Amino acid sequence: MIDTVVIPLLKIVIVLNATLVGVTYMVLLERKVIAWAQSRLGPMRVGPYGILQPIADAVKLMIKEDITPVRADKWVFTAAPIISMVPALIVYAVIPFGPEVNLFGRQVSLYVTDINVGLLYVVSVASVGVYGIILAGYASNSKYPLLASLRASAQLISYEVAVTLTLVSVILMAGTLSMVGIVRAQEAGHVWFAFVQPIAFGIFFIGGLAETNRAPFDLPEAEQELTGGFHTEYSGMRFALFFLAEYANMIVVSSVATTLFLGGWLRPFPNVAALGFLDFVPAWMWFLIKSFVFLYIFIWVRATLPRYRYDQLMRLGWKFLIPLAIANLVLTGIVKVMLL
Amino acid sequence: MAEAIAFYVIAAFILGFAVLVVSTKDTVHSVLFLVLDFLFVAALYVLLQAPFLAAIQVLVYAGGIVVLYLFVVMLVNLKRPPEAHQDPHRRTKLGLGLAAAVLLELGAILVYTSTRPGTPVAAGGTLPVTGNTEQVGWLLYTNYLIPFEIASMLLLVAMIGAIVLAKREL
Repeated sequence: MIDTVVIPLLKIVIVLNATLVGVTYMVLLERKVIAWAQSRLGPMRVGPYGILQPIADAVKLMIKEDITPVRADKWVFTAAPIISMVPALIVYAVIPFGPEVNLFGRQVSLYVTDINVGLLYVVSVASVGVYGIILAGYASNSKYPLLASLRASAQLISYEVAVTLTLVSVILMAGTLSMVGIVRAQEAGHVWFAFVQPIAFGIFFIGGLAETNRAPFDLPEAEQELTGGFHTEYSGMRFALFFLAEYANMIVVSSVATTLFLGGWLRPFPNVAALGFLDFVPAWMWFLIKSFVFLYIFIWVRATLPRYRYDQLMRLGWKFLIPLAIANLVLTGIVKVMLL
Repeated sequence: MAEAIAFYVIAAFILGFAVLVVSTKDTVHSVLFLVLDFLFVAALYVLLQAPFLAAIQVLVYAGGIVVLYLFVVMLVNLKRPPEAHQDPHRRTKLGLGLAAAVLLELGAILVYTSTRPGTPVAAGGTLPVTGNTEQVGWLLYTNYLIPFEIASMLLLVAMIGAIVLAKREL
């Protein structure tokens, strides 16, 4: 009873809450980092150094007026923010934060579940998230959100192809679709996949930026052209859901990149015994540190790079990243067959 | 017992959404019900302990093909009333004929399978690999290699056809 019901439920509660707290603090981190990049202070008023700002933001968004445009498609308008939030949260079910640990005399694994098709689950759930954006644009019954949502979904679908192709090369290396299995394969091979698949790693990172609609690929939100993006007509908590979904997706991309390419919960150079002293940092902490580095780079890129033009974005995706990903996949296959 | 209850609940949802797909007036809503329908079919696969098929069902149908449907439906202005035709029921006979043919086929399959003792399709225990994904892959590349290759050929033909149709000058 405890092993089949209580512990999984506890894990789900902990992971969901940690994610939501992480997401709200990502917003603060982004504001802070961009402020520092521009020699400003960022939020400073709420709490010391503004660390209570997310709570103030949440309260503000919840008590704001919630407007549904008269000519909107009401059901779809209501469902769209939910559809974009839910996939971003349920992906965390298969993310391995750490190996099995001994907690109060009981073996507990630091992931909600390890399914045989873990990576495929991540990809398929993420592909459902695009409906939130398309439907938000459609249901608003307003021209700018519709244009933005068409842009966003075209961008997402295009970059999904390149990203999924890089995932196939990782699967070839690991020989499994299970997220835990992929980390174990890196442990057994004594190397992070970022070193054996640098091209795949690069494409995954660029594709990850594009799939989360982040700068320099944040065209769906290009305010000069589209007034505000697919969520122009949304206000209050519904707008907040889109906002949170974007940050939750950033955390998902960082966690998946950490698991696939940076050895998940493994410490750096897991094969070098001389670095054994690094084990004093617990495994899940390594996972969080690596993911945090990714998240920081996401913000850093936004503070640094200007936005792409739409046709440049499409050309980069279809004429450069996808052929490169296919070539990398073929090469990986040949090397794998030759070496075995 | 629990499995049977789950099956009937999921089947009821699948049929209910399928009816809504064809009966809803708004085309976008109809496409959305189709997505829900596909998600419940995926749930059925999970119930049958085929997680690989379930994930592929969501990825390809719910996440891929229907997104393209939705694009087309959103871009084509369906709010305009359909143009009048002298015979609005001109396709009714064709539709009835096709529906009858499908019904007949399903009935034939039902009769055929109920008269023969069920032969289990390649039980998992006899395969040299474990794990759902590995077993699907193993079967596709051994016992079912030819159907698999024919299906991929069909997709290739469709892809080339789409390119030829869309691009007049090559």
